[in-house]
Amino acid sequence: MADGILVVAEHLGGKLSDITFEMLGKAKALSGAGGDVTVLLIAGDASMAAELGAADTVAIVEGDGLADFNPESYGAALGAAVEAKSPRLVMVGYTAMGMDLASTLAVKRNLPHATFCLDVAIGDSITATSQCYGGKINVTTDLGAGPCVVSMLAGAAPADAGRAEGTPSTESLPAPASAGKIRFKRLIEPEAGDVDITAQEILVAVGRGIGSKDDIEVAEDLAEELDAAVAGSRPLIDAGWLPKTRQVGKSGLKVAPKLYLALGISGAPEHIEGMKSSATIVAVNSDKQAPIFNFAHYGMVADLFDVCEELTEALQERKG
Amino acid sequence: MKLVVLLKRLPDLVEDLEVDDSGKALDTEFLKFTLNEFDDYALEEALLLKEATDGELTVIALDGEDVDKMLYTALAKGADKALKIENAGEASGNRGLAGIFAKVVSSLPHDLVLTGVQSAEDIDGQLAPMVAAILDEPCVEVVTQVATADGGVSIHKEYSGGVVAEFEIDTPAVVGIQASRQAPRYAPVSKVRQIQESTTLETVAGSAADTSVFTVVQMTPPETGGGAQMLGNIGELIKVLESKGVI
Amino acid sequence: MTETKSSFAPLTAYSPRKKAQSFVQKDSVVIEGVDISGQWNKMFDAREITSYDLTHMDKLTAIPGAESMGWCYQCAQCIPACPVDNAGGDYGPRKIFRRLQTGVDIFNHSDMWLCTSCQNCVRVCPKEVDMVQIMPAARAAAVLEGNVPDELVEMFQNVSEYGNPMGQSARKRVKWTRGAGVDIRILPKDAQPVDVLWFVGDYYAYHDRGNDAAQAMARVFSRLEIDFGILGADERCDGDSQRIAGEPGLFEELARHNIEQFEKYEFAKIVASGPHAYNAIKNEYPKFNGGSGFPIEHYTQFLSQHLDRLTPLLTRPFAKKVTFHDPCYLGRHNGEYDAPRKLLQAVPGIEFGEMFRCKQQGYCCGGGGGGMWLDGFAAEHQTERLSENRVKEAIQVGAEVLAVCCPYEVSRFEDAVKSTDNDGKLEVLDIIEILDQCME
Repeated sequence: MADGILVVAEHLGGKLSDITFEMLGKAKALSGAGGDVTVLLIAGDASMAAELGAADTVAIVEGDGLADFNPESYGAALGAAVEAKSPRLVMVGYTAMGMDLASTLAVKRNLPHATFCLDVAIGDSITATSQCYGGKINVTTDLGAGPCVVSMLAGAAPADAGRAEGTPSTESLPAPASAGKIRFKRLIEPEAGDVDITAQEILVAVGRGIGSKDDIEVAEDLAEELDAAVAGSRPLIDAGWLPKTRQVGKSGLKVAPKLYLALGISGAPEHIEGMKSSATIVAVNSDKQAPIFNFAHYGMVADLFDVCEELTEALQERKG
Repeated sequence: MKLVVLLKRLPDLVEDLEVDDSGKALDTEFLKFTLNEFDDYALEEALLLKEATDGELTVIALDGEDVDKMLYTALAKGADKALKIENAGEASGNRGLAGIFAKVVSSLPHDLVLTGVQSAEDIDGQLAPMVAAILDEPCVEVVTQVATADGGVSIHKEYSGGVVAEFEIDTPAVVGIQASRQAPRYAPVSKVRQIQESTTLETVAGSAADTSVFTVVQMTPPETGGGAQMLGNIGELIKVLESKGVI
Repeated sequence: MTETKSSFAPLTAYSPRKKAQSFVQKDSVVIEGVDISGQWNKMFDAREITSYDLTHMDKLTAIPGAESMGWCYQCAQCIPACPVDNAGGDYGPRKIFRRLQTGVDIFNHSDMWLCTSCQNCVRVCPKEVDMVQIMPAARAAAVLEGNVPDELVEMFQNVSEYGNPMGQSARKRVKWTRGAGVDIRILPKDAQPVDVLWFVGDYYAYHDRGNDAAQAMARVFSRLEIDFGILGADERCDGDSQRIAGEPGLFEELARHNIEQFEKYEFAKIVASGPHAYNAIKNEYPKFNGGSGFPIEHYTQFLSQHLDRLTPLLTRPFAKKVTFHDPCYLGRHNGEYDAPRKLLQAVPGIEFGEMFRCKQQGYCCGGGGGGMWLDGFAAEHQTERLSENRVKEAIQVGAEVLAVCCPYEVSRFEDAVKSTDNDGKLEVLDIIEILDQCME
């Protein structure tokens, strides 16, 4: 009988990704109904295992060809772990890596699978809530009694709950043989040239409200704290305050980051066209009539400089 | 290089989507269907590969409203052959669709199958890895570049933060395309019409297996009021950023 | 009469492409009865100073419609008339011809896309080099080859898929009607015979500032008790700018669709909000319905015929200094300069003044011929936007309000007022908005 929750840890460059802790926190909250929580750590080292205190068990897979993420060898390791542990629920991140694992696992083992998951609940059966159609519709599905697979959206659960201290038991799982049809060659860090704003998860976008070229620094400081890039509306690019590669809008680039922080942007249709697909839009404008507030999810009527400075300070304090 | 591109249509998000009276399905009355945007990138990447390798490119789609126009457009852009899968019955979700596609693909000589990395209605999984799993071929998702390499292809897979991993894959293989090296090309209306008048689409019979993997309990539009939710101070703003997982 | 070759060495060095040239000396030459035989009568073959690759010139002028590009004799009258050159674009038919002559491949050059088809050069050209014919034909060939700026591709795709350049849902085409405050008959839902079928147009229907003008129009029509209806979600982009930007196939598709809608209803005439729709329906649509076409007027033409009833309704004064920008497709293309001015002159309290470049010599806003969707492209090849150039002129003549009557222009000029740092100095209003404001 399937029992327990298997969380697939994700890491890059020796660092566990936030999604791992988000899922672990969620799994912990479900563990009353769902049983023990096992984190599957493929090619992780002891220091990573030590961070997974919230788990009941950390199952480590080590072997050749696992040093770097590889859809094929990691997929085989996950398949073998599911075989060995027969969990009731497998949680995978809906991320670049997780996308290579979850659907394959579900098809190969004929398991029900829901992606885009915002939430998952365990009762007699397992239900998942998925965010579909670009966030326009939420779908709740019944995945049966289990076993099943859910692909969790990044940011769906807070990561803090997954960072709890603890002393999970560890076990070692064998690495299955891989057919070797996919070979990892290398990692390519983004070029030092200008930022590709279409590939950023967070954008701090500034508009005419910024006043002068020197003031862009204020936005840059905030962007640095948020690990974000600075983008701009057309007038700023026209004025030469930001390079053309940073222009969002009809005659610039179309962006869809997780967070679009619009500072001093009024929201002309030409600008909206370029950023309306962003997952979360937060607008700060001193004019409470600014059309941007019709498109933003969250708004603040305030001076953008005040917001930049206060938010930058608050973020610095959080980091300690 | 023999290339196959899988094209899928889905409800156009330009329309306001509404849930029907059952509460479990979309109201189809005003639904407009459009090509999955990622499939358009997959087609463009395939066209670039075809041009670079003097290859042969086949596009495949399930029959449906306006599918002919979509296939003629792909031909006008440079695809060599368009296959329309008929009588497949109602594909249940992507899992069902993957079965139908895999069966057709398995009958075609192919080196590489390309399709979009995801679509907005992939509630039961992504097409590329599912088709690959059924065909037992290697698959990589979130691919931004494909080039030929010894015995297969060399691809770029994108992680968050702009970090890219390079892999070599033995062919035949399946890739889910996140973006093409250049913007999808435009097929002028007159060219599409010319193709339409001079070409007949090939059809192939499809067969759907019962692959229902879950039951939909309910569909609801997410709770959002009109316009922005106004925040009063920085503290509230920080809470929003936290709840969205960005800090 | 026989000819012998000169003993001089042939002059071949200049031209790699032509056969060797030579001096020609004739044994016996008699011209008008005078014998000029002799060594000194040596003549030259046509001599080439230099030689360029004319492949691209030949390719362009071989395209039906684009032949007249080859007629240019470099008089340069067109250059001061060209608004793009005026905005630092190093442009105009003479310059394009010269670059073609020096071997530039226009099919891979910005020259292909900067023309706004304003027709001002055609007005002054003694050789009838007609950019309004050349550009659509040449661009259609470029589009077929796939040499199109990305901005245009996106617009073509939107229009092709959704029937409007914004890529908005057809159903949302009537959203603006809710804010008009008056009843608007949507013909597909209520197919009554009407006097006026109002062709609303994309920018009136979808753009924020266009919505303001559309709502004003509905109110003015209503006050005038005009029996009108609109096509609602069944209306599609008129297609004229798409045609000139190089997509004749798309234009034909749109034209046939709109004609099919027109044919469903009974009406006395079509009134178009925009000069581009007006031009298309008047001059191009007849090609697709057996040449008969439809009775069509621009809204300024239509309303200026109703001044007897309109003027008494304009009771609230509009005491501002107003100037007017002639839309290229109402003015130069279709010869209508008076109708908009008549309407403005009927406005109580108005102080009307012309700009330096007006009527036949009117400057272009930059939105025509596809320019509406080439803002980023144009910015790379010009020192300023045409709309910025124009806004500066309006301010220079002391205007407080720049009145327009083309749906492209309000957003273009408002944007230009901001980008030239003239915020608050110049208001941009559609004439219909001014009329609406003057009605109590």
